[in-house]
Amino acid sequence: MTRQIALIITFVSGFAMVASAFFKPVEHWGEDVAEWFNVLAAIAFVLGAANLAKVHLEKISSRSPGWGYSGLTIFFFTFTFAVGLMKLGVHPMDKFPAVAMSGEKDAEGSAFWWMYAFVMSPLTSTMFALLAFFVASAAFRAFRAKNVEAALLLGTAFIVLLGRTFAGVVLTGWLPESLSFLRLENLASLILEVFNSAGNRAIIIGIALGVAAQSLKIMLGLDRSYLGASN
Amino acid sequence: METAAATASSWFDGDRAPLLGWLILLSMLVLASIAAARRGKKFPIRRIAGLVAVEEAVGRATEMGRPILFVPGVQDVDQMMTIAGLTVLSRVGKIAAEYDAQIEVPTARSLVMTAARETMQASYMSAGRSDSYNPDLVYYVTDEQFGYAAYVTGLMVRKKPATCFYMGQFFAESLIFAETGNAIGAIQIAGTAESSQLPFFVAACDYTLIGEEFFAASAYLSGEPDQLGSLRGQDLGKSAIGLLMIVVVFVATAAAVTGVSGLTDAAEWLRKLVGG
Repeated sequence: MTRQIALIITFVSGFAMVASAFFKPVEHWGEDVAEWFNVLAAIAFVLGAANLAKVHLEKISSRSPGWGYSGLTIFFFTFTFAVGLMKLGVHPMDKFPAVAMSGEKDAEGSAFWWMYAFVMSPLTSTMFALLAFFVASAAFRAFRAKNVEAALLLGTAFIVLLGRTFAGVVLTGWLPESLSFLRLENLASLILEVFNSAGNRAIIIGIALGVAAQSLKIMLGLDRSYLGASN
Repeated sequence: METAAATASSWFDGDRAPLLGWLILLSMLVLASIAAARRGKKFPIRRIAGLVAVEEAVGRATEMGRPILFVPGVQDVDQMMTIAGLTVLSRVGKIAAEYDAQIEVPTARSLVMTAARETMQASYMSAGRSDSYNPDLVYYVTDEQFGYAAYVTGLMVRKKPATCFYMGQFFAESLIFAETGNAIGAIQIAGTAESSQLPFFVAACDYTLIGEEFFAASAYLSGEPDQLGSLRGQDLGKSAIGLLMIVVVFVATAAAVTGVSGLTDAAEWLRKLVGG
């Protein structure tokens, strides 16, 4: 029975989203469904927090390897939650100067804002910055000319990289106008706008059809594996 | 007549009529193919290396006595890629249950965690190994993109999973996952329809399911007639679009060369028909 209800909700929601894309009187259906989802996601946040606490408290209690990190996770989770809830360091709004907690929890100068700006943001930036090194190591492996295909990839990448920099212009800028199509910046544009675009569009068409077919299977209950049910 | 047209335009978005037409055509092709498959018609399906390798990858993890890591993307269950990732998880989970391999699923959304737990439980049940199912191995980490990336890569370095699956919607963290997995020597199979992340997975993973292959994965792994029939419907839709695009190219070229206004109008109409 639970599965049947889930399937009915899936069908109704999917139909509402499709109808809202084409029929003007029901345009708002799509937004309504999205709002229902947001309500569900907000409730599920509690589940997520409870699971986070359970996993890490179990690690601490069983002293499993790395339990100290779990302790830190629980401490900072509770600390951040408390800081946000109590609106520490928040100044009252101009409209309600007498009400101490009337300001936004993440207003500039508040403890929550401080934690986000000086702890969360630098940590996020650090993770993001790691990408530079990962791109270099991945490129090093991908561009090794081990066979014909890899050699072609290397050559193409070389042309595109040079063509997108001033070095490309300097290296081939001397070519006469009649041979301007051989200038690196023009070759790079040709590769990106013709070959790359064509390949990318083929992938996107395949993706669009795949999404449509998968959505249809899910809406009609032909594929229920995501619900934990066999077909 | 004008009143009737005005009434129609007040309830139907005419600009999207071609899109609705394609949607109906594709739906009919998929449903007709499923019906044909149910009547016993066999459809050949091309070999997809990344999916053939799934069983081998799970077997490798079992032999090495190391866990399998499954990352279902960083988006919520309202995204089709996440759902597709969960359908792949159900097949991978069943194979892992049959091999008695441990599969760990950290999630970036609490709803995905709930759905993944249901999926895994059903997979273990269908494999006849309900007793081996451990719900604690499917858990929530954080919604924060790079916080999740930091946790997952840390987990990879500490536990050194033998096999890593990345199936869902990914953004900048895709290369962080794939390169870390490469560094620990894991077999990596990725699948996403996020075209901007495909090159990163292709460069760093052993196998990558590109776009439509990712959506076909569940059908391929299940081998069920309904599912395979839907793949055939999808391919017929693609053939129809391909054919129409070739016609548009010829008509547009002829219109540009000859300058005949009738051909120009026809090219414009066809362009709108393919959604241009």
